Amino acid sequence: MSEENAGTLAMLRLALRRDRVLLTSWVVGLAATAGFSAAATVELYPTEEQRVAAAEAINASAAVVALYGRIYDPTSLGAVSMIKLTALGAAIVGIVMLFIAIRHTRGEEEPGRLELLSGGRLGRRAPLTAALLLVSGASLALALLTAVANTAAGLPWTGSLAFGLGWGATALVYGTVGAVTAQVSDSARAARGLGLVVIAVTYVLRAVGDLAEPGPGPLSWLSPIGWNQQLRAYSGERWWVLVLPVVVSAGLVVVAYALRSRRDLGAGLRADRPGPAVGSLHTVGGLAWRLQGRILLAWAVAFVLFGLILGSMAGSVDKLLTSPAMKEFFEKIGGSAGLVDIFLGAMVAIIAAIAAAYGISAAARLRSEEVEGHAEPLLATATTRTRWATSHYAVALGGTALLMLLAGLSIGTSASAALGDWSQLARVLVAALAQIPAVWVVTSLVLLLFGWLPRWTAAVWGLLAAFVVVGEFGALWKLPEWVMDISPLRHAPTLPVGGSGVLPVVVLTLVAVALSAAGYSGWRRRDLAG
Amino acid sequence: MSDSAPVIDVRGLSKSFGSTQALDGLDLRVERGEVHGFLGPNGAGKTTTLRVLLGSVRADSGTATVLGLDPWSDVPALHARLAYVPGDVALWPNLTGGEVIDLLARLQGGHDATRRARLLEMFELDPTKKARSYSKGNRQKVALVAALASPAELYLFDEPTSGLDPLMEEQFRRCVRELKDDGRTVLLSSHILSEAEALSDRISIIRAGAVVETGALSDMRHLQRLVISAETEHELHGITDVPGLDDVVLEGNHLRCTVEPAHLAELLSHLTAAGIKTLESHPPSLEQLFLSHYGVRVDEDDHV
Repeated sequence: MSEENAGTLAMLRLALRRDRVLLTSWVVGLAATAGFSAAATVELYPTEEQRVAAAEAINASAAVVALYGRIYDPTSLGAVSMIKLTALGAAIVGIVMLFIAIRHTRGEEEPGRLELLSGGRLGRRAPLTAALLLVSGASLALALLTAVANTAAGLPWTGSLAFGLGWGATALVYGTVGAVTAQVSDSARAARGLGLVVIAVTYVLRAVGDLAEPGPGPLSWLSPIGWNQQLRAYSGERWWVLVLPVVVSAGLVVVAYALRSRRDLGAGLRADRPGPAVGSLHTVGGLAWRLQGRILLAWAVAFVLFGLILGSMAGSVDKLLTSPAMKEFFEKIGGSAGLVDIFLGAMVAIIAAIAAAYGISAAARLRSEEVEGHAEPLLATATTRTRWATSHYAVALGGTALLMLLAGLSIGTSASAALGDWSQLARVLVAALAQIPAVWVVTSLVLLLFGWLPRWTAAVWGLLAAFVVVGEFGALWKLPEWVMDISPLRHAPTLPVGGSGVLPVVVLTLVAVALSAAGYSGWRRRDLAG
Repeated sequence: MSDSAPVIDVRGLSKSFGSTQALDGLDLRVERGEVHGFLGPNGAGKTTTLRVLLGSVRADSGTATVLGLDPWSDVPALHARLAYVPGDVALWPNLTGGEVIDLLARLQGGHDATRRARLLEMFELDPTKKARSYSKGNRQKVALVAALASPAELYLFDEPTSGLDPLMEEQFRRCVRELKDDGRTVLLSSHILSEAEALSDRISIIRAGAVVETGALSDMRHLQRLVISAETEHELHGITDVPGLDDVVLEGNHLRCTVEPAHLAELLSHLTAAGIKTLESHPPSLEQLFLSHYGVRVDEDDHV
């Protein structure tokens, strides 16, 4: 091992020690999710006929194809049971590895911990090498564990091995993406944001590619998530596809090392320019906006682009209905207008869950500001705790509302253009706005935990993941209604929003108000972290 | 509130974090217009005390009054009248030093532009730099300038010079003296003894969450022993019979020891009888005073 990498093993041990619970629970939890879904589907569709019917329904729905992709072998039990996990699951796996890679590179530089260690015999490349080893090891563990879980659930072992390796390869690609964004950005927060943009873009690329007739179009091949689908686990595995993520990961590793050698510890690639000598910030509200405004702007741009793409796919809803029997079936339950509603409703719901993720990250800024010691000097001035907490909470609430407004406008506009029916704009806009209170409830959970269980503030991420998973798999896993009803996202009215939507909107708003009031009262009573 | 009421009045303050008892019946009184040194080793409870006084943490028991107000419930009214410099200054990496100074000062209720300019010059701080690129010392200067630029009745400094070089430390001392001349009250927490010695009217020594000694420096010396070092013409006999003597090191004609001031005359007559050639006597430094509270032997060679 060269001098540049000296101390890598010590760094790796440190990383494993810090992440032993976190990493283990993610890897085991993800593998278990796959295993449970496989077992549940085995029970749900015992005969081949039932599987083929389900697969045809999936392939005929534009919403499902856009979100999850196609089933390439309708007779395959594995392909039917893993449809959601092949695209959406791969994205979640990617997000986890992205965050872990950044956590152990840029995330360590910020608080100066790495500086502390650099005093010892630690090569310049060691932290990056250790993070890459950690990501590779975790990806491999995830791959094997998932393969075992799916085989144990009753799926064929070759397909399970392909599925597991597909997940592992996707995890590796996005982990190395994290290693690169960590070098390019000037903070861990920015590195995570940039990495998430990469995942979102590659997800949408494959959505557009999958909707092309006959799918998959070339765009699917530009996305690691698309590769995972085209590996076609359980549908006549194409093992050679695994070469793509491995080669791309290797390339990203080279890029990450090259970038690392060009910058100083703690610095981004660009040198800091001098700023104003006299400040224009007058209030904590102004400070919160200064700290969060640019991030919100980036989210807003992403939402508009994402919304335009999602809406444009409404035009292909009809084209997917190739089988006359399916067409007849859907005509019976509400005609193609009903189909468009189902599609747009699903898109609005998905974008609401993403807006909730923004809401969580914006509100969780309260906790990071407190822990990093930024809150204390502000609270030592004449600023009250309530006022300070409101400064970031207001950005979270206002930000989510803005994002849903933009989502409604962009999905509505492009769907209207695609369908040639401008009445869609107002309908989609109303549906998007009706999601805001549910998003606020999730956002307010952050404030509740921040007030009463501050160490657990980040657990809201787990709750959001649980809400999404329950929404996606609850019915498959035959969860009781009341368990699924815990998710606030389930209660938001969907398209077409009529008079019956008023009550849930009002109730959800009241729940958000109650949660935040409880959060404030805890925050006013507790000690500040120090 | 009358003028004679103490600015800080803390009685029987206790606070525990889990199983750690951070404060254990702490009493502290800071009078109006004084510079009060708050001395103790790391982990003695200095910062926790300051955080109670700021309303950042709530005490489990005991009472605390600052400027006649309750630090937990009267936050805006109280904080408008005090300024605080934390020991560990964390700044927002993408804001410039100037922006942070102005923000903190404005939240404090405004600041004086000429005073700000003068302080920046005194501390040789470039306000256009992003906080990310500041060293620990420069981050500390940002907090100091922000606190000193806004007029307050009470200044709370938590180990304010721990990152400053000696030149800047001297500038800080100048500022504190100016505050004192101006009639402001200062509570200065420190483990740098020379700093407290140079600035404080009175000091309180804190150990394991309680104040073990408080008073003017001159009063505390009475409690303390003198450090003696002497050389005589003849050998010293029976010197150990002198009462109140301790830490005796006798090597032929050379004596080093400590003595209670009450028995100094007796010791001197012994030395005179043996023919004094050289004699050194000095009061214990604050360091020795401080160490004696932790059961560490006073080493007379190790004075500051």
